Amino acid sequence: MAVQKRESAIFDRPQALEPVRMHYCPGCTHGIVHRLVAEVMDELGLTERAVGIAPVGCAVFAYNYFTCDMIEAAHGRAPAVATGVKRVRPDLFTFTYQGDGDLASIGIAETIHAAARAENISIVFINNAVYGMTGGQMAPTTLPGMVTSTTPFGRDAKVAGNPIRVCELLAALDGPAYLARVAVTSPSRVREAKQAIQKAFQAQLEELGFSLVEVLSTCPTRWGMRPQDALDWLEENMVPYYPLREFVVPEGLRVGR
Amino acid sequence: MTSIPRGTRILMRGNEAVAQAAIDAGCRAFFGYPITPQNQVPDYFARHMPEVGGVFLQAESEVAAINMVYGAAAAGTRVMTASSSPGISLKQEGISYLAQSELPCVVLNIMRGGSGLGNIAPAQADYFQSVKGGGHGDYRTLVLAPWSVQELYNLTREAFDIADRYRNPVLILGDALLGQMMEPITIPEEVVDPARLPRKTWATDGAKDRPRNIINSLYIEEPQLEKVNLRIDARYEEAARKEVRVAEEHLEGARLAVVAYGTAARVAVTAIEEARSGGMRVGLLRPIALYPFPSDEIASLADRVDAILVAELSLGQLVEDVRLVVAGRCPVHLLGRSGGVVITPADMVEALRGLAGEDRG
Ligand SMILES: Cc1ncc(C[n+]2csc(CCOP(=O)(O)OP(=O)(O)O)c2C)c(N)n1
Ligand code: SF4
Repeated sequence: MAVQKRESAIFDRPQALEPVRMHYCPGCTHGIVHRLVAEVMDELGLTERAVGIAPVGCAVFAYNYFTCDMIEAAHGRAPAVATGVKRVRPDLFTFTYQGDGDLASIGIAETIHAAARAENISIVFINNAVYGMTGGQMAPTTLPGMVTSTTPFGRDAKVAGNPIRVCELLAALDGPAYLARVAVTSPSRVREAKQAIQKAFQAQLEELGFSLVEVLSTCPTRWGMRPQDALDWLEENMVPYYPLREFVVPEGLRVGR
Repeated sequence: MTSIPRGTRILMRGNEAVAQAAIDAGCRAFFGYPITPQNQVPDYFARHMPEVGGVFLQAESEVAAINMVYGAAAAGTRVMTASSSPGISLKQEGISYLAQSELPCVVLNIMRGGSGLGNIAPAQADYFQSVKGGGHGDYRTLVLAPWSVQELYNLTREAFDIADRYRNPVLILGDALLGQMMEPITIPEEVVDPARLPRKTWATDGAKDRPRNIINSLYIEEPQLEKVNLRIDARYEEAARKEVRVAEEHLEGARLAVVAYGTAARVAVTAIEEARSGGMRVGLLRPIALYPFPSDEIASLADRVDAILVAELSLGQLVEDVRLVVAGRCPVHLLGRSGGVVITPADMVEALRGLAGEDRG
């Protein structure tokens, strides 16, 4: 299904997105974030030199959705795979797209070390506080007290440990050039999220080093909520625990249109 | 070109010969994590990759290293990693992904005593892991088993061509002795210029003027995954026809044959000389490629000799494959030592005498 470009079009599919139907559940915010990534790729003219790395998680099929070259990585290893690409081909633009289980649990070592090395890659990190793909188990970002399939009585920190705030953790390192946490719960938040992705990608283009945007995201299916309720729940519960802000911003980053 | 003397005999350590061979084969990226007894490999790359504008990176773990290899291979670069037994275990997930994603790379395993942390002495106990796949799934790695420093150099160079040809990881299987020992070798004048290698049209190196490429091992539809697996398997069948390599010594008229590779085969040569000087008719069949396995060569050997002695630095791994292809044509005995203990020529001569005696009685 080809998308027709009309003079009068005020809203269109980004060129960097394949014209295919995504597999995400209704109301899942993965789709919004895909769109933002694609819009930024279009605006920065990156598609022809971009290599995207898909994770293992609900976004595993991301390789079907972006029009650039894509690699499917093993669970948690996307930052290492991106490192391999970027080190041998610094002229390519390399980004990963990862969930919280992928990035903050099984792949936390790869994440921290890529950040510490100031690896010149960009990471889009989806924090939905749960393992979506495998059926709603506890994630490293699951909130205290939150019910998941493996914390059926609510996450008890004494048994199941405490959540990890990824941006705060990485901000302790010297490597990162850009770190921000955003949400996509409202149009204004979506605009801010897009700006953060822009800055992250720009940081890589300016060879400033590691950039990561953490996007607080909903999983209506595994949270057992309607999409709108999930957005409200995120604002009420996740935003207080995971403050939305920029943690590291490089001096003199050229952003804007 | 690196600053090494070429075309003349020089003394070189096995581990360093591998690294030099890789650079000469056009390998321009190495990712690894320290582990004895292969540490001279990353050290050598760290020193010499800059001379050719290549990438050396010490990864945070073997897991990260093999996934960096995956990324670099996907981008179309000749790339390798090296480790020793425990580290190779950690790499298995990545090797499975590389194989299933049809990516070429070279992996060096300088085997040490196992299992577990084991020790740092020479062993051949990773044979099963090497030739049967190693990680999950239906894949194989192509496995080369050198027995000298010169052969480490030669086979590593070839390994990159084989990996590209079959779009599959190639494993170089050495051990602590081969990696650490120094021997005279000759490094050839001519080297591979990576810029002149054929373009990898499947690589994810920017979808400019072509449709996008996807490097992937996920096929959610069963028939589709089986189709991919059969395509990969067809390459293994082709390799079985073209890549079997064996060396033979004194097998002409032999009554007994030793089957051994790598370090065990070097011990065998000494033992066989001694046994032959005592009048015993014994020879050596040395598999140089362990996968594909020299099935026909060993089966026909079994038709010619009275018995086969498999000598290996393990408690019996290679011997299982030998017995499988011999299929009862002749008795197959094992001389195996484990835990880093190397078989001595005296052990082997004694074992051969035992077999010869059995044969007469
Ligand atoms: C080595 C390995 N372990 C476990 C799994 C199973 N698995 C698939 S997705 C997933 C979790 C994904 O959760 P997350 O990263 O939070 O992404 P989401 O699905 O929520 O988007 C797990 C554990 C796997 N594929 N590989
Ligand atoms: S399970 Fe959750 S994260 Fe996965 S697609 Fe559905 S809503 Fe989105």
